[in-house]
Amino acid sequence: MIRSDVLRSLLPLISDHFVVCNIGLPSQELHMLDDQPTNFYMLGTMGLASSIGLGVALAQSKKVISIDGDGSVLTNFGTLPTIANNVADNFILLIIDNGSYGSTGDQPTYAGMKTSLAKVAEACGCENVIECQAEDCAAVMKDALDSDRMTVIVCKCESGNIPVSVIKTDPVVIRDRFMTALKEANA
Amino acid sequence: MSIDAKIVADLVKHEVGLVTTVPCKQLAGVIAEIDRCEDIHHIPANKEDEGIGICAGAFMGGKRSAIIMQNTALGVTVNTLVTLTQFYRMPLPMLISYRGELGEPVACQVEMAVHTKALLNQLHIPTYHFHHESDAEELDRILQYTFMCMKPVAILTDATFWKGY
Repeated sequence: MIRSDVLRSLLPLISDHFVVCNIGLPSQELHMLDDQPTNFYMLGTMGLASSIGLGVALAQSKKVISIDGDGSVLTNFGTLPTIANNVADNFILLIIDNGSYGSTGDQPTYAGMKTSLAKVAEACGCENVIECQAEDCAAVMKDALDSDRMTVIVCKCESGNIPVSVIKTDPVVIRDRFMTALKEANA
Repeated sequence: MSIDAKIVADLVKHEVGLVTTVPCKQLAGVIAEIDRCEDIHHIPANKEDEGIGICAGAFMGGKRSAIIMQNTALGVTVNTLVTLTQFYRMPLPMLISYRGELGEPVACQVEMAVHTKALLNQLHIPTYHFHHESDAEELDRILQYTFMCMKPVAILTDATFWKGY
């Protein structure tokens, strides 16, 4: 399974939740598969999906899922200790780890070589870290959503991309509809 | 009221509910005051762009946010300020220690001070410079302005403002 297959398998579970999605192909794929106001698409700032998701989770009570990539987590490694030490039990960080920088042409990442992001997350103090294979990701996500505990999921999958178009929605519109949906859900 | 307490009181007055910080000797008093403040959720960040990401998320989640950082970190925040905070139009008060100004003991800090205002100007970020303690009286209106115009706003506080190191 490649990332788009993983996203497709997760849709029935995450569709009703707030999702902060990583820059590039992950956002474009999610936008194509299941565009809705509860999705926040990153159009810039590689590495900050986990930070933005944590901020959203800390500020309100609804569940927030950050869909990140291994390359992006490597870009913002400081995020893992911050997440570990500022526990938000309504926050799930899903790292789709395909071992490559997918959006830039599948150059290999260190996560696809010697570095284990799950072990790094554990060493940073994240208490609930689950590494799984792509085929099991939906089941792991369901358990994480049911558990009401902050969870870091590292989903190992194959690298590869599907053709998708860029997101043309105005960033302020993406932000505003996400904020409006959050406000309504918390009302 | 100490200047640290006054700054935090203004943040509380404008309903800033989450502040990310990166350590700073000059801003240590404000950071400690934020830590003590029950109305503000304090999240120490490992890097300034990470802190701005958390602030962006908190703002979208319904909590006004702010960041406390040094001007030497301005370089690492440029992409985040432009492609997140400005692109999605979000307000962000940035309380920044202006290292490298008059009274600075470390020569290397001067190099970034020389570029600080030019960079902020290039980024079209409204910038205020607190040199005398009385300048802090403007903070109230600066915060009001930030949340009115939904922009990042920089408040540079130099060594003279903090009465040395």
